[in-house]
Amino acid sequence: MAKTLYDKLWDSHLVQQRDDGSALIYIDLQLLHEVTSPQAFEGLRLHGRKPWRLTSSLATPDHNVPTTVEERKSGVNGIADPVSKIQVTTLDDNCDEFGITEFKMTDIRQGIVHVVGPEQGATIPGMTVVCGDSHTSTHGAFGALAHGIGTSEVEHVLATQCLVQKKMRNMLVRVDGELSPYVTAKDVVLAIIGEIGTAGGTGYAIEFGGSAIASLSMEGRMTVCNMAIEAGARVGLIAVDQTTIDYVKDRPYAPKGAHWDMAVEAWKDLVSDKDAEFDEVVVLNAADIKPQVTWGTSPEMVIAIDQDIPRPEDQADAVTRDGYARAWKYMGLEGKKTLADITLDRVFIGSCTNSRIEDLRAAAEVVKGRKVADTLKQAIVVPGSGLVKEQAEKEGLDKIFTEAGLEWREPGCSMCLAMNADKLGHGEHCASTSNRNFEGRQGFGGRTHLVSPAMAAAAAIAGHFVDVNELVKH
Amino acid sequence: MRPFTTHTGIAAPLDLANVDTDMIIPKQFLKSIKRTGFGKNLFDELRYEDEGQPDQECTGRPLRKDFVLNQDRYQGTSVLLARSNFGCGSSREHAPWALDDFGIRSVIAPSFADIFYNNCFKNGLLPIVLKEEEVDQLFEEVEANEGYELTVDLENQTVKTPSGTEFSFDVDAFRKHCLLNGLDDIGLTLQQADAIHAYEEKRIQTAPWLFEARAL
Repeated sequence: MAKTLYDKLWDSHLVQQRDDGSALIYIDLQLLHEVTSPQAFEGLRLHGRKPWRLTSSLATPDHNVPTTVEERKSGVNGIADPVSKIQVTTLDDNCDEFGITEFKMTDIRQGIVHVVGPEQGATIPGMTVVCGDSHTSTHGAFGALAHGIGTSEVEHVLATQCLVQKKMRNMLVRVDGELSPYVTAKDVVLAIIGEIGTAGGTGYAIEFGGSAIASLSMEGRMTVCNMAIEAGARVGLIAVDQTTIDYVKDRPYAPKGAHWDMAVEAWKDLVSDKDAEFDEVVVLNAADIKPQVTWGTSPEMVIAIDQDIPRPEDQADAVTRDGYARAWKYMGLEGKKTLADITLDRVFIGSCTNSRIEDLRAAAEVVKGRKVADTLKQAIVVPGSGLVKEQAEKEGLDKIFTEAGLEWREPGCSMCLAMNADKLGHGEHCASTSNRNFEGRQGFGGRTHLVSPAMAAAAAIAGHFVDVNELVKH
Repeated sequence: MRPFTTHTGIAAPLDLANVDTDMIIPKQFLKSIKRTGFGKNLFDELRYEDEGQPDQECTGRPLRKDFVLNQDRYQGTSVLLARSNFGCGSSREHAPWALDDFGIRSVIAPSFADIFYNNCFKNGLLPIVLKEEEVDQLFEEVEANEGYELTVDLENQTVKTPSGTEFSFDVDAFRKHCLLNGLDDIGLTLQQADAIHAYEEKRIQTAPWLFEARAL
């Protein structure tokens, strides 16, 4: 029978199928960070349990770490917030105690787990990958079955190398045709979420396909899969092709020698069969997608840069109308008609969605030779890992950013969720390359607008949202 | 884990769709390395006027009068009525920990986000999916009747209203079994150690690169 990519990954990791529909699934890689792991390690200790297989785990602190050069100089001791410091220290202690490999704060390989895993070749095609973080869907870009889990499941995977799962349904989101200039992976995934909604993918594993997806780099594919969860799908997937294999080759933890050849041969099957059936198919035309900006407090509240902000009173459905009214109030949109009417206070370029080298290059290209608007309080660029930072500096991107008036920071999750000192003030509007525009996400009362790195860069220069295509013309 | 069999308690209506886990428990409280103590910060930004800080005493903080759980008639709520896509966003298990610590034993909504739904079962909390029109009816009844209580019966998979109306709900057999008996599912999985070893022995033949000691 013809199988989807998800079916194949599921079948190859099935340890035990139970009569009640649940199954035991084998996990090849678990990524760990400081926020969702302490209670899991504590659980192991309480029950006298040990990790099942040490070589399947990789840890790094990312959510709490400060991003200023000054604070980072002395590693964990430089964390000013005592509560954050305890959490990072606890991760260090747990990894030392249980013998788990960790890239500590002073290690150049430290960074956001979802940047680090692929960068190291720890994430490879055909794997199952989990992490106590919903953006684990990122790793699906490699044709790996990857999803976020809660802390109890982190403990379960540590102790048993397995998860109890029920098979999801299959959805194909196909994006056909060619993307317009300055329309990026971020715009594609925001447009998809706008189309299917934040619950549209609930219960599904979404495979992203079509020529526009195939044309994306691995960085772009990771951006798309990263936000599958914002469409409700725990799993995002993209078929393996030469782009995938070229990216993985020679990375530190990637297979080598004869194992590499064997692996590549096996990975060629990591595509959905031609006549595989999906439970749901959604098709978008790449040429119709314009640069996207969210206006509200849910990723589905998104429009193209040239559209008017939708008004609550124009919504037919009562629940939508109430939701829009609440979002309008929270976002302070009264009297505003278009996105350009919103005065921005801060710009954030970073997060597991958009902090890879390609993202930084795209932003740098836009700000090069230009200056950040005087009206902005702050614009920061936070690379996804120490190695991304190093590469960017080799290319001189840091100079381009600082000369334009943006701050160049140390790697971490930073302002995406504001667990460290990088946050929005009450009522401030931010053009952010992150993944969630929820109320309070980037700071108490903060107002987030999700955009691509190129659009964030253009917004930083203009001080308000503008089509990056217009900005670069001048 | 604490078993869940039946529960009767005051219901409160949270009339908001897409309640995300950042709303349920904001990020500054995720810095704790414990599983308990999150209840006072449940729905922190909806519940208090000011910005909450970790380890802060919450009794003197200004309350938002319009927030449902702050109203006198909903004190002691243990069954939360919610709208669609409840628990969307981050995978933080701190969300069910906070609900549990506050005293919520069951959440009823037309739909839930997958990760949150799953996390509830690991913590003795029962998420119940009812039909949209059934949830609408419960919202109407609870708002019209002070002291309105619901009885949630996991064994029989029903939600019973004070007037005796029963709504039935679906739940996976395995999850139901674990929740009814308060079972530690790690212990259950470890009983299958032989099957896990057998899988590994087979898999190492076909995909040896996944088992290399890659200095990970």
